[in-house]
Amino acid sequence: MSGRSSRPSVSPSKYSEEKRNAVADKIPQTDLVVIGGSAGCVPVIIDLLDALPPSFPFAVVLVIHRQKSVPSEMDKVLGSNSHVRVIEPNDKDFILPGRVYLAPQNYHLLIEQDRSFSLDYSEPIHYSRPSIDPTFESAADVFGRRCTGILLSGANRDGADGLASILQSGGTAIVQNPATCDFPAMPQAGLEAAPEALILAPAEIASFISPEKP
Amino acid sequence: MNDTSDITPEELDDLIQLIKGHYGYDFGDYSRASLTRRVRQCMEKAKIPTVYDLRFHLLNETSFFAWFLQSLTVNVTEMFRDPAFYRNLRETVIPRLASYPLIKIWHAGCATGEEVFSMAILLKEEGLLERTRIYATDINPANLEKARKGTVPLSAMKEYTANYIRSGGKAEFSSYYEARYDEVVMDPALLERVLFSQHNLVTDQVFNEFQLICCRNVLIYFNKDLQNRVLKLFYDSLVPFGYLALGMKESLLFMDVRSQFEAVSESVKVFRRKA
Ligand SMILES: C[S@@+](CC[C@H](N)C(=O)[O-])C[C@H]1O[C@@H](n2cnc3c(N)ncnc32)[C@H](O)[C@@H]1O
Repeated sequence: MSGRSSRPSVSPSKYSEEKRNAVADKIPQTDLVVIGGSAGCVPVIIDLLDALPPSFPFAVVLVIHRQKSVPSEMDKVLGSNSHVRVIEPNDKDFILPGRVYLAPQNYHLLIEQDRSFSLDYSEPIHYSRPSIDPTFESAADVFGRRCTGILLSGANRDGADGLASILQSGGTAIVQNPATCDFPAMPQAGLEAAPEALILAPAEIASFISPEKP
Repeated sequence: MNDTSDITPEELDDLIQLIKGHYGYDFGDYSRASLTRRVRQCMEKAKIPTVYDLRFHLLNETSFFAWFLQSLTVNVTEMFRDPAFYRNLRETVIPRLASYPLIKIWHAGCATGEEVFSMAILLKEEGLLERTRIYATDINPANLEKARKGTVPLSAMKEYTANYIRSGGKAEFSSYYEARYDEVVMDPALLERVLFSQHNLVTDQVFNEFQLICCRNVLIYFNKDLQNRVLKLFYDSLVPFGYLALGMKESLLFMDVRSQFEAVSESVKVFRRKA
C-alpha cells in the first residue's frame, strides 16, 4: 500500500480554466452525487458535507469502506460536525434530493430504475462490503448523464471501474487529486480506468458540489 | 470493465421471460439492479460474450441453467450474523416461545444453513431444541443440499466465534462442531430437529403454522409488489402474536401489512403479529 511518500505530482495543466468551467456547467444537471472513498477519506468527506448549502437540488450517496462486524457509528461521525443529517437507507427507500445517504455496513448499495435503493448482501468486492463499484455502476445505469461520481483517498482500486461506467453513461467523473490524498492508490486507479476524470483538490470538490458558496 | 457484457433493461426482461417460459422460475418481480449484476457476472464467469449467446445456452443446456440459477440468487450467509439480533432473540423472543408445547420455526431463504445452525445452538442453550421443529426452505436446491451436510468453511470460524460470543453465547463455540481439513461439521444433534426443503416464496403457498418466521436478507432481492405478497404469506403463516424477523435493513414501514404487526425491536427488525 502506498502512503504519503509515493505521492505523484499532477501536472497543473489539468486544472485549466476551461476544464473548471466545464465542471461548473455540469453540476446544475446533476441529480445524484456518488462519493466513494477508503483509507484517508473520512476527513475529506466531513469537510465536503460541511460545505454543502442548507438545501441542494441533488442527492448525495456516500460509500465508505468500513470495518465489518464492528458496531459502527459512521453516520453519526459524519453528521456530527455539520448541519446535514446522514441517513443509512433501508431497502427500497426512495432517493430524494437534498439528502445525504450512507451505504450501510455489511451491504452493497444498489440503485433501481425508479430511483430507489436496493440493498445487496452478495460477496465482498475488493475485500469490501459495501464496495464502491456496484453503487457507481448502478448509479450510472439509472442516472446516466445526471450522475456525478467522485473517488477519494483510498488504498485499493475499488471504484475505478464504477467511475469508468459513470463516464461511459455520460455522467461526470472526478477524482481527488492524488497529491492531496493520504492514500493515492484509489484515485490513481480511477484515473487509469477513466482518464478523462477531472482531478480536483478537496476544496475544489467542495466548491463543485456547493456552487453557491465560493 | 463491464462493457464486455453489458445488458439493457429490455434484454433483462427478455431473459426473465425466457426463464419463466422454459423453466418455470419467475424472476419478474426481483430487484432489477441486483439481477442485472448477477447476469453480468454469470456471463463474465462463463465467458459468454453476448446476451444472444446467453439465451442460446439457457434454451439448449439444462445443466447450464442449473448453474445459472445457482449463481443468479445471492447465496451468501453467516453464522450469528448481527449478534445484536441473536441477543434479542435469546432475551426477548425465545422466552415467549417457551410457553408452546411444540415450537415451530420457519427459516425462509435459509441459503446454506448457517442461520439455521445458529438458531439450533440458541435453542439448545435455552433448553428448547428438543421440542422445536425447524422448517428451513430455499428456492435453490444446491443450497439445501449443502445445508443438509451441516458443513461450514473453517476459514470463517474465527469470525463466527466472535459473533457467537457477542450474541451472548453460553458455551464453548468449538463444542458445537468438529474440524475436518478446510471445513467444520456441525454436531448432527443440532440438525435432528431441522427439515430442509425446497419452497419458492414467489409461487408456493402457506404450508404450516409457525410461532417464529425468520426471513433475513431475502426480501431485499424482491421489488415492493413481491415484498408485499410475501409478507402477506408470512402473516398468514404466523399464529396470532407470532414473531417475524427480517434483515437489519428491511422495514415494514411502507408495507401493506404494517398495521397488522407491531415492532418488538425496530433496531434489529423483529416484529410481532398483532392477533
Ligand atoms: C442472501 S441469502 C440470505 C441467507 C440468510 N437468510 C442470511 O440472512 O444470512 C438469500 C437467499 O434467498 C434465497 N431466495 C431467493 N429467492 C427466493 C425465493 N423466491 N424463494 C425462496 N428463497 C429464495 C436465495 O436462494 C438465498 O439462499
